[in-house]
Amino acid sequence: MAVCVRQSRNSIINHVKAKMGLLGLTCLSSSMPSLNNDHRTLSAASLAKDLRNQNSVLENKPILYRTRRFDSTKPHQRSGVQSNVANSQFLDFPGGKVAFTSEMRFISESPKERIPCYRVLDDDGQLIEGGINVGKEIAVKMYSDMATLQTMDTIFYDAQRQGRISFYLTTIGEEAINIASAAALTIDDFVVPQYREPGVLLWRGFTLEQFANQCFSNRGDDCRGRQMPIHYGSKKLNYLTVASTIASQLPHAVGVAYSLKMDGKDACAVTYFGDGGSSEGDFHAALNFAAVTEAPVLFICRNNGWAISTPTSDQFRSDGIVVRGEAYGVRSIRVDGNDTLALYSAVRTAREMAICEQRPILIEAMTYRVGHHSTSDDSTKYRPVDEIELWRSARDPITRFRKWIESNGWWSSEAESELRSNVRKQLLDAIQVAERTEKPPLVDMFTDVYDAVPSNLSEQEKWLRETIKIHPQDYPSDFPL
Amino acid sequence: MTVRDALNSALDEEMSADPKVFLMGEEVGEYQGAYKISKGLLDKYGPERVLDTPITEAGFTGIGVGAAYHGLKPVIEFMTFNFSMQAIDHIINSAAKSNYMSAGQMSVPIVFRGPNGAAAGVGAQHSHCYASWYASCPGLKVLAPYSSEDARGLLKAAIRDPDPVVFLENELLYGETFPVSAEVLDSSFCVPIGKAKIEREGKDVTITAFSKMVGYALKAAEILAKEGISAEVINLRSIRPLDRDTINASVRKTNRLVTVEEGFPQHGVGAEICASVVEESFGYLDAPVERIAGADVPMPYAANLERLAVPQVEDIVRAAKRACYRSVPMAAAA
Repeated sequence: MAVCVRQSRNSIINHVKAKMGLLGLTCLSSSMPSLNNDHRTLSAASLAKDLRNQNSVLENKPILYRTRRFDSTKPHQRSGVQSNVANSQFLDFPGGKVAFTSEMRFISESPKERIPCYRVLDDDGQLIEGGINVGKEIAVKMYSDMATLQTMDTIFYDAQRQGRISFYLTTIGEEAINIASAAALTIDDFVVPQYREPGVLLWRGFTLEQFANQCFSNRGDDCRGRQMPIHYGSKKLNYLTVASTIASQLPHAVGVAYSLKMDGKDACAVTYFGDGGSSEGDFHAALNFAAVTEAPVLFICRNNGWAISTPTSDQFRSDGIVVRGEAYGVRSIRVDGNDTLALYSAVRTAREMAICEQRPILIEAMTYRVGHHSTSDDSTKYRPVDEIELWRSARDPITRFRKWIESNGWWSSEAESELRSNVRKQLLDAIQVAERTEKPPLVDMFTDVYDAVPSNLSEQEKWLRETIKIHPQDYPSDFPL
Repeated sequence: MTVRDALNSALDEEMSADPKVFLMGEEVGEYQGAYKISKGLLDKYGPERVLDTPITEAGFTGIGVGAAYHGLKPVIEFMTFNFSMQAIDHIINSAAKSNYMSAGQMSVPIVFRGPNGAAAGVGAQHSHCYASWYASCPGLKVLAPYSSEDARGLLKAAIRDPDPVVFLENELLYGETFPVSAEVLDSSFCVPIGKAKIEREGKDVTITAFSKMVGYALKAAEILAKEGISAEVINLRSIRPLDRDTINASVRKTNRLVTVEEGFPQHGVGAEICASVVEESFGYLDAPVERIAGADVPMPYAANLERLAVPQVEDIVRAAKRACYRSVPMAAAA
């Protein structure tokens, strides 16, 4: 909503008319392939035919600002094109040519068939058809990191249950989305996370000690104990600090992508969100702005079926998230979120498209939240235990991927037990050390509110120190001065 | 120089000096801003740095914050600050808190600017003053220019500042002309954030004001002078940080205080100034503090009611006289 109340209404209307006329022209001149109404998916091969801007693909590099939108906003170049009826069947409305029909037909609210889900491995971890170009080294690292993430979740979850940390939130069941997407990116790709993607940090080299320090909010925490457990962040690893406000990260990611675009960087922004997050206004804002600004950003939705206790049937009536892409002019794909290889290849391809063609891509990864929403939640109160068990065992993404790497001869039971016991030991050590490490010092309360500490805060810090000195018995002893 | 030209030249110079600065908002490009503040900038800097956006305040504000996280210096224009309510999550939860939450890893050098407070004949949803809202939030800096000197110097300072700044302009001041010195016109000119300006020295009563109300306070001071009351007028310039030193020093000299603002009285800027003076200079006060504020109602549209809902020069004159224990006509004393 924006009402420009102080300006002459006529001048606005004239302005809009002129702008629309130009848009009509550019649409006429752009090559629009014929589209049928079936649900179409773009294979990697068809990417060579970019639907909108063939030049950008032919040159295979980011094209900055050579876009239809920016052309249309160049000042003082209105050509005064009249709306012209090329033939009686079409009219170039503002925004493009539209055909007429004498048949009154409402578009159905739901498709005949749901959008299929891209998968590479079957339930038993075997390739469905053809080959996939994933080498041993990356496959083994993906597996190891997924197993590490799972172990980390189990141990931190228990630590919370023992009252050693205040809060935790697991990624159990969603390890493949975490790790495979991270593996498909480069370190230059800037991640704007929600809160169920610590695996991306793990992949990028955030250590188990760093995770532990954050969860125990000690002075070793990169964020100085300023945030709740699991709200990690690392500038060094191009991973923005986690925001608790659902979906606010989506427009931020578009802003980051716009910045990458302005700098001409060979990188994209990547953001994650859940099925519930898609109901926020920020989801709409982000997809629309990303499309209009042609920002290189990957929107990765973890559709895990549950937003705390709200099932997707109470969240939306569309065929999930993937279908929203088309409405915003954003290319999209639905992927089996528990298939490590499918995710890896889809995110890799999406990344290439985002950067080479300077466009957003929406990925809906279908999965299941095996854990509770967080440690503040008991999900057995609102969903059947056998449903949870099915996904925990038969549909576990880690077991499925393990079968594949074992069938390649890249993994063994010995490697498995060695990895699990090493990680477990490392984590228990990290927790013990983190627990014993000093809490953040007093000064950390006052710094970083602003770039420089303002005088009122320095003054308050000074008073607080003096007061503690005079009345030490009235202050807790667990923070260093 | 008009305030409009002052803002426009400040934007132009800062965009010219730093390629990371860009302007984004509804109608800022081709239309040159709803109030023509961005006149000529699209021509000069191109559509990648002067972005017309879809009509989603939460969208362009969030995108600006994201761009700032990644090192750009966005200037976000709201057509009016009333519309910033549709984006306030990004301003408060994201822009104001991220540097702290990330322990300095994610700074947010961004400016949110646009007309704030009452204009004329635009009703409740175009007339709300948000100075005290934003000024209550740590992490933000909140500026409110009055003159062309303020507008130029403060906007340039805001764009250069590493912290998020809420920059509250006033629609009715855009067309006003103020004399400016050569120093103000120099491209290096900046006004320090957090410092108030004593617009007129006096010894009998201190009047604090910001934005358009500074002009009213100055007019009131002229009238008071004719009646033998010497009023000191403080142009706050910066609502957060608030220049408590200048305010308290003035009150310790005059021993009387009148605060003026167009916003609502409860938890307003005047309330904060009053608290500061009570805390720090209570013993110096010779009279109760007078608070002049907008009426405690959403802004009515009808011109006669609207006039009653915002402070007028005569309200300030009467309040100053009350503070000086001069007799005030009964009808006007309420």
